[in-house]
Amino acid sequence: MFVSQRRLERRPRSRSLFDREIITRALVDSFKKLDPRWQYKNPVMFVCEVGALVTLIFFARDLGGRGPAGFDFAISIWLWFTVLFANFAEAVAEGRGKAQADYLRRSKTETTARRVVNGQAETVPSSSLRKGDFVIIETGELIPGDGDIVEGAAMVDESAITGESAPVVREAGGDRSAVTGGTRVISDRIKVLITANPGQTFLDRMISLVEGAKRQKTPNEIALSILLAGLTIIFLIAVATLGPFSMYAGTVQSITVLIALLVCLIPTTIGGLLSAIGIAGMDRVMQRNLLAMSGRAVEAAGDVDTLLLDKTGTITLGNRQAVAFIAAPGVAPLDVVRAAALSSLPDETPEGRSIVALAKQQGAGEQEPTNATFIPFSAYTRMSGVDLPDGAKIRKGAPDAVVAWVREQGGTLADALSQDVERIARSGGTPLLLATNAGVLAVIQLKDILKPNMHERFDRLRAMGIRTVMITGDNPLTAAAIAKEAGVDDFLAEATPETKMELIRREQSSGRLVAMTGDGTNDAPALAQADVGVAMNSGTQAAKEAANMVDLDSDPTKLIEVVEIGKQLLMTRGALTTFSIANDVAKYFAILPAMFATAYPAMSVLNVMHLTTPQSAILSAVIFNALIIIALVPLALRGVRYKPRGANVVLRENVLIYGVGGIIIPFIGIKLIDMILATLHLT
Amino acid sequence: MTLVGWLQVLALFVVVLICVNPLGKFMSRLFSGERTFLTPVFGPVEKFVYSMCRIDPEAEMPWYTYLFAVLAFSFVGFAYLYILLRTQQWLPWNPQKFGPMAPDLAWNTAISFMTNTNWQFYSGENSLSYLTQMAGLAWHNFVSAAIGVSVAVAFVRGLANRNIRTLGNFWVDLTRSCLYVLLPISVLGTLLLVWQGVPQNFHAYQTVTSVEGFKQQITGGPMASQEVIKELGTNGGGFVGANSASPNENPTPFSDLFELWLLLVIAASLTNTFGRMVKDQRQGWALFTAMSIMFFIGLIVCYPQEASGNPLIHQLGVLGGNMEGKEVRFGVAASSLWAVATTATSCGAVNAMHDSFTALGGLVPMVNMQLGEIIFGGVGSGLYGKLVFVIVTVFVAGLMVGRTPEYLGKKIERKEVQLAILYIIVTPAVVLIPAAIAVLIPAGLATLGNSGPHGFSEILYAFSSANANNGSAFGGLGPNLFYNVSIGIGMLAGRYLEIIPLLALAGVLAHKRAVAESAGTFTTYSPIFVTLLIATIFIIGALVFVPADALGPVAEHLNILQGKVY
Repeated sequence: MFVSQRRLERRPRSRSLFDREIITRALVDSFKKLDPRWQYKNPVMFVCEVGALVTLIFFARDLGGRGPAGFDFAISIWLWFTVLFANFAEAVAEGRGKAQADYLRRSKTETTARRVVNGQAETVPSSSLRKGDFVIIETGELIPGDGDIVEGAAMVDESAITGESAPVVREAGGDRSAVTGGTRVISDRIKVLITANPGQTFLDRMISLVEGAKRQKTPNEIALSILLAGLTIIFLIAVATLGPFSMYAGTVQSITVLIALLVCLIPTTIGGLLSAIGIAGMDRVMQRNLLAMSGRAVEAAGDVDTLLLDKTGTITLGNRQAVAFIAAPGVAPLDVVRAAALSSLPDETPEGRSIVALAKQQGAGEQEPTNATFIPFSAYTRMSGVDLPDGAKIRKGAPDAVVAWVREQGGTLADALSQDVERIARSGGTPLLLATNAGVLAVIQLKDILKPNMHERFDRLRAMGIRTVMITGDNPLTAAAIAKEAGVDDFLAEATPETKMELIRREQSSGRLVAMTGDGTNDAPALAQADVGVAMNSGTQAAKEAANMVDLDSDPTKLIEVVEIGKQLLMTRGALTTFSIANDVAKYFAILPAMFATAYPAMSVLNVMHLTTPQSAILSAVIFNALIIIALVPLALRGVRYKPRGANVVLRENVLIYGVGGIIIPFIGIKLIDMILATLHLT
Repeated sequence: MTLVGWLQVLALFVVVLICVNPLGKFMSRLFSGERTFLTPVFGPVEKFVYSMCRIDPEAEMPWYTYLFAVLAFSFVGFAYLYILLRTQQWLPWNPQKFGPMAPDLAWNTAISFMTNTNWQFYSGENSLSYLTQMAGLAWHNFVSAAIGVSVAVAFVRGLANRNIRTLGNFWVDLTRSCLYVLLPISVLGTLLLVWQGVPQNFHAYQTVTSVEGFKQQITGGPMASQEVIKELGTNGGGFVGANSASPNENPTPFSDLFELWLLLVIAASLTNTFGRMVKDQRQGWALFTAMSIMFFIGLIVCYPQEASGNPLIHQLGVLGGNMEGKEVRFGVAASSLWAVATTATSCGAVNAMHDSFTALGGLVPMVNMQLGEIIFGGVGSGLYGKLVFVIVTVFVAGLMVGRTPEYLGKKIERKEVQLAILYIIVTPAVVLIPAAIAVLIPAGLATLGNSGPHGFSEILYAFSSANANNGSAFGGLGPNLFYNVSIGIGMLAGRYLEIIPLLALAGVLAHKRAVAESAGTFTTYSPIFVTLLIATIFIIGALVFVPADALGPVAEHLNILQGKVY
């Protein structure tokens, strides 16, 4: 039964920030956001909007000839622009997410599902599925909801969610059992246990996340907002008291001029761009095909001190290759080859397959044993193998685990092999012991293949002050050799879920923030414990639920990029705050001499920019204040330039660029605007 | 400017610098409860005080208990001094038979001494009995300084403690500050000043016939003992109205240098105590460096202004530096140095009249106070005020390096920023709002000594001084009901509205666990951080006062250059 044959659109992965469609929508939204109920959330811009409104009222009053209506009008217009520019920045930042959400909503079409009740399949609307239901899905059908495969395996087209067009294998058992509602089965038949109620599916969550509908301010953003609100209050006091002070000096300042000064002094640049920076940071994460469950997680990524990286798939390529069998003294090579093949025939792991391939190459037969019981690998036994019908048991696995098993079975140990085990381990290979219940047969040498460029990446992380720890089930010798080759700072060998958890707790109790990736169900507790947990989309539902980010590409190295995005996010906020505050110096030099030109003509000495008239000076400062917001939108959305370096170097450079630059640039900007105003005879 | 002038500055700086380490170490041991070389002498006294007052020295206080103790102790002290001022006519040791102080002036004076301000709308030699001076004012000179040290130490414990809710015991900190630090230095200092010629007696004032044949009244009293704690506790309230400009309070060049040393030494040494208590002395030296740089910036502006004098007076043919309102004994250099030092700390004792400084020379003391007494600051209050600015600087700088900002391993998050900014808002609010009211109402303008920008400076200076708990004045401003009350409120707010968020902040910090340091953490003792700290203090602390200062000293200066006077 085919619900819909329409081929799913592939989710578009990236799009320019300044796409025409996004800009058009943002222009409209900037006006919608003038609503005071919206502005109220941002105290700095709210003050600015109130100022714009008050100056507009004074303009209306002055139209009757009571004052300089033209000047009031110019100030008011530019104050409105200041608010609109800030709104526009936020709207553009939201644009890409909104476009993505629109797309995802389209793929959330209502389908039907075949629910299994008492062994009978019945057709129901997918919206009536509940947690705990079982459904059957066949070739060509859409998966009606999130779940875990309990029977069968299938090729699944997940492009609607991930944007990746190559289909992926999903199968029952193991760590690749999760399927996502809205994706399509393109071959085979699977039975799925539904794990999410309608409205709480991955797709639903994804829509609300990319749209930013439930966006909450992150902890740092809140702290910064408080600082900005505090500065606004401080400058409000300064400007409000300046009215009476001027009267003492014998000159009455118009409300318009005081408001102009106030808006110039309060940190409108960072205040106007603050939420855009946060949204854009989340958007950059999304562009990397990562789904962050909260902005808090992205921000925490910037603070990470310790990165736990699984060796396999992150540091090395997933497939370790068997390269040699080393027989124990007195064991015939052919027996070794045969036992190796037997132990691994049903083993679908890349290692298992490579052992079979090597065994065949060395003369092992093809036949699969009948009635044999395959013992799959587990993180606890750290062995796999077969129990043959004749009572013989074959195991291969971590040397210490196999030795313990042989001892338990009463078999003979081969001490001579221990040297080989050590040699292989020391060289960064993985030694596996092969044994029957009668005794140890041989060492299987597996070789790890390191991913390219990992050394450089770890060097970069070290420069940022982040320690990398490689997590591996290998024995300590192997782990040490690979760790050295890859350039990680530390390693956890013979890792079990418990030791991993213990490591995370230990790091956290000494005040470090820990990030890790994981995919298996037994990673779930550690993912939940870690400050930043990234689950692979290919992983189990449990892992995805425990994590605070899901990588749709299932690429564990992406964690490193998340850290960089998190850092960049904070740096952008810090840099623009510094810039915004430093701007005040020049604005004082523009506005104060203008305000007191009549009371104290001597103060014109302070008009260091030689601005044409008092009115043009004030107007130029206000215009600069508005234009700088729009000029900084690209920086706010893309983030400041980021290079992985030590904190002291970064601090020095950013202080120079945004602090010293923030003092100098407005002098030039205000002077230029004043010259233009003078040329156009607008003063 | 003269070489000798700068040598005086250098000499002062060196004698202060020499003491920073040993005194800092001593106080660090003292407040950490370790044995000091004075323990054999004062240990029994300390135990006696605890048993008399039923204090359990082991009882640790959370921030709100500590705060309550500070407030309660201060209030009782205020009531005691107020009653003393109102009843001195019936009490002993009043050889000049002074009457009671008027209620509003007594209110102002009691607050003034309780808050470590020592704003004086009276002249001691014409209104206060010896008993009031010794048992009332001197008592507050000791305990108000000790409160400052205690609060600072509690705040440092907040930074140093990990996962604890308590900040120490206020009564213990208070007792130890007085007993081990303030008293011994005061006793030795008094002897030194008596040797230099400062009076210490209980006689009535003496009338003598001068060389010219005029009758002159010579003020006496227990002056030397009061003098030392006046500077050491950064109190500043002179025994006589002329303060340290009077030859009785400050007779010789040596006493001048010694008194300057007294007013700087504890505030400067506390940076070292801080460094030791947080187990990283470099942090303390970073603060000391920032303070020293800001001190010299003030001096570099003030001294040349005073040395070059007033161009309008030069036109009259009177050349040289600005000597109006200065003691000829001290001259321009020592007076400028004193003005900068007394406002860089929250002392407020003067050896020259700030009202008579040149416009920009007078701007320096004003800006120093408007920054919130943090250059060296009052004893204790300087350190904690500085640390609040450090926290704000760390927050902005931390964001710039891409990490949740942290100081000494404590993350600076929402609550910390909230409390720090509450602390910082106090200064502009308490200085500017009353000043705006003053210029709007007749009572505010009634007692001004000058008109024009200088008159405005007098008002602005008064409220800056009150908020900063400094106590020095542009002398032109006279007392009336409005100023007695409003300056009283300013002093109260400047002290306690800051201590409340500060101790709350200490409580929040103490409870935090520490985060580990890495290459991603920027160091808070590097030159770049010190530079950033100074820039932040000027931008956040001073920028808000730019419009007001522009209408006062800056306008006056520019007008003088154009030959315009009021």
